[in-house]
Amino acid sequence: MNNVEQTLLADSHIDDAILSKTLNSMMGRQVNFADLYFQSSQHESWMLEDGIVKEGSYNMERGVGVRAISGEKTGFAYSDDISPLALQQAADAAKGIADSGNGTQVQAFKRQSPIKIYQTVEPLGSLTQEQKIDLLHQVETHARQVDSRVSQVIVSLSGVHEKILVAASDGSYGTDIRPLVRLNCSVLVEENGKRERASAGGGARTDYSYFFESECNATGQEKARYLTYAEEAVRQALVNLVAVDAPAGTFPIVLGAGWPGVLLHEAVGHGLEGDFNRKGSSAFSGKIGQQVASTLCTIVDDGTMENRRGSVNIDDEGTPGQYNVLIEKGILKGYMQDKHNAELMGVKPTGNGRRESYAHLPMPRMTNTYMLAGESSPEDIIKSVKKGIYAPNFAGGQVDITSGKFVFTSSEAYLIENGEITTPIKGATLIGSGPEAMKKVSMVGNDLKLDAGVGVCGKDGQSVPVGVGQPTLKIDEMTIGGTQ
Amino acid sequence: MSEAKKFSDPLIEQLDQVKARVAQVLELAKSLGADGAEVAMSRQQGLSVGTRLGEVENVEFTNDGALGITVYQQGRKGSASTADLSEKALVQAVEAAVNIAKYTSVDDCSGLADKALLAMQPINLDLYHPKELSTEQAIDIAKECEQSALDSDSRITNSDGASLDCFSGFKVYGNSNGQLVGYPSSRHSLSCMVIAGSDDEMQRDYAYDVNRDFTLLNSGISIGKKAAREAISRLNPQKIATQKVPVLFRADIANTLWGHFIAAISGGNLYRKSSFLLDAIGKEVFPDFLTIQERPHIKKALASSAFDSEGVLTQDRDIIIDGVLQTYLLTSYSARKLGLTSTAHAGGIHNWLVKDENSHAKGDVNADFDTMLKTLGTGLLVTELMGQGVNVVNGDYSRGAAGFWVENGELAYPVSEITIAGNLTQMFKGIIAVGSDIDKHGSIRTGSILIDEMQVAGH
Repeated sequence: MNNVEQTLLADSHIDDAILSKTLNSMMGRQVNFADLYFQSSQHESWMLEDGIVKEGSYNMERGVGVRAISGEKTGFAYSDDISPLALQQAADAAKGIADSGNGTQVQAFKRQSPIKIYQTVEPLGSLTQEQKIDLLHQVETHARQVDSRVSQVIVSLSGVHEKILVAASDGSYGTDIRPLVRLNCSVLVEENGKRERASAGGGARTDYSYFFESECNATGQEKARYLTYAEEAVRQALVNLVAVDAPAGTFPIVLGAGWPGVLLHEAVGHGLEGDFNRKGSSAFSGKIGQQVASTLCTIVDDGTMENRRGSVNIDDEGTPGQYNVLIEKGILKGYMQDKHNAELMGVKPTGNGRRESYAHLPMPRMTNTYMLAGESSPEDIIKSVKKGIYAPNFAGGQVDITSGKFVFTSSEAYLIENGEITTPIKGATLIGSGPEAMKKVSMVGNDLKLDAGVGVCGKDGQSVPVGVGQPTLKIDEMTIGGTQ
Repeated sequence: MSEAKKFSDPLIEQLDQVKARVAQVLELAKSLGADGAEVAMSRQQGLSVGTRLGEVENVEFTNDGALGITVYQQGRKGSASTADLSEKALVQAVEAAVNIAKYTSVDDCSGLADKALLAMQPINLDLYHPKELSTEQAIDIAKECEQSALDSDSRITNSDGASLDCFSGFKVYGNSNGQLVGYPSSRHSLSCMVIAGSDDEMQRDYAYDVNRDFTLLNSGISIGKKAAREAISRLNPQKIATQKVPVLFRADIANTLWGHFIAAISGGNLYRKSSFLLDAIGKEVFPDFLTIQERPHIKKALASSAFDSEGVLTQDRDIIIDGVLQTYLLTSYSARKLGLTSTAHAGGIHNWLVKDENSHAKGDVNADFDTMLKTLGTGLLVTELMGQGVNVVNGDYSRGAAGFWVENGELAYPVSEITIAGNLTQMFKGIIAVGSDIDKHGSIRTGSILIDEMQVAGH
């Protein structure tokens, strides 16, 4: 028995026999699939502002979700009490969707041990409380040292330690321990009565030691991550302090490498989730095998990247994380699937069945979504633009998967004039249509980069951590919502 | 609801038990060395059903509970929360909060709300109207709603389904200043989203209603028809040219503008100097015909509450009189940072009523949607906004939009894939009129808003 089984089952007097019996009790009806999802998580966060540690909090969650599927119908119930009685009550409620009859047999559990994409570390205890406080202060001190125009610094640190166990009627049985850490620095800079705020940070599925490892900062120096976050926040805020109003209209757009991959998440990613395509409600429905992007675009969703924020050893249905090619050289190859939608569409699940917690139903969700590197140098891409926009940083985005319209909002952007990056411009929203924008990708850089580990994706009220990435790329035409 | 039923309601019985539990948790915090503590505990149960294309899709039984505790120890603060309400977990949460307060810093502004401001005997706002529905009854209601959308027009080709959600629960709040209060509430909603068109030209839209009292919900048939009408009206949109035009925000979209105003006058952004409305009290922020009132005690209303999340008594307040800002929105903490008194806004606002005194003064209560379109004349009607392009620090505004081009007061054609941009300071001053077509779905009751000029980016 592993540690997760001990915490989630044995401590609550639940064993394999009870799991099988519960699943069996649901399958006695016209239910073709049922699963049990046990979860226990601890989350902490610390916040420094005005030079003092103002807030600290610790949150606990523990419960079980029970699902029964009969064709397209799903019954779902959950309990914050993990006990044989609560489990049976939830199962009785969930199976109510199906008429009585003969269901499928429950398969024997197949315990699987997939390759570990992240290690079973415990983030919350990886630093002492004193060390956590000290880290917050060091980030603040560094941000203030970088530039005297920094008038305020807010630093936050958070860690999650989550254990999950899935047991399903198809024999799936898996456990996972999911660490997740995040550090963020937000600054306010002030000059001549003008103020701008910016923030930067990062995170990963590991422990707090991640922030002390070194990486290259904006000027190519090797520095500990927590220092580069402070520098990056100050740099972005100072750029915006001198930014002029953005133009309004349609221009060629060059998107920087890394976090601007939020473009792919919105313009393509959501539209390729299995549920929307099973229902035919996505702008990409029924287009497998068709050209949906320029031939320069190969886009993948990859749950197997080491220690990445969006990675999963197993997804929340017990399917191991996978490397899935969504679009290859512009041709649509496949959708992201959970078990329910895969079954209804006659394909295999792809390791994208994710849920916010035991109290939420799993859905097809992205993991780490990115575009593979192309051949152009980022310099050549900029040089190719006579008049346009260069946008290396974004605040976030949104999509209407049915019409395909998507937006994302720049947090750092510049004009490109005669092949050179010139004046910084204020944050503005860019809007396009997913399938059209991807066909207008005319150059793809050789500098693929993933984001720093900050992405949160919301769908139907459920939030899950995700990653995005891309090389520098050029879209021949997008609408930018400035004021000039 | 009869008195007899009230006494047999298990949820109400639970509320009293939870009050006792909260009192115990406060005692425990004290015994562990906290010199101040506050505890909030909630419980919610409900049923959600979803149907799609006439078939059941989801049946979900909701049953959530959570406890949050904040302790203070000589000016230091620590918090913890748990969704596991076992005795063991509650003790663990209190211990964790007390432990954290050993490491946080002394902060003169932190602490419980001032005792004199607390709601010790909160009034009943009639927010609890539970509805007993069988799963089958709930499914029938959702099915009827979706079917009316599917049947209403042959251009409705697909559906994202209809759903009915019925929740009831309670909140209990207590603190070491002797306050221990709680109330039950309910919330029911019915919504429908359908798709018009096919292949490369699909548009979706939705309609919904939400109410504390199930019997006051709009009929499923009317919600379904509205969803179908909205989706069809969006078919074959055009992109318009980049230009400066007057913009009318439809009432259900207009509340987003008040949302940005709320952020700008919230204490947290003000003491961080992160608002475009610093030092704006007593200044004209809107045109002189505009008035905003806060009315926290409207019976059955969605954003009614007798006290805020720190237990502070809510009261009627003028936010804007004749365009002039009367108050900030303060929690105990932000009030102390600014040298002011809490305005009972921990956790948000409580029912805002936005009024255009021009139309009131003239006895013109007919600034309905059609009249607003005529006042707009030729310009853009916005019915959907996308993205988060609003900078509260400087008021810069840039969002994706969809809606309709309006010519001489008449809808001409649907518009999509455009952005609208401006600066909130000027947009607020540039309000020409607020309609009487009040949207009552949310916490802000506003009509449509006409702004003199914004930059549209299109082709």
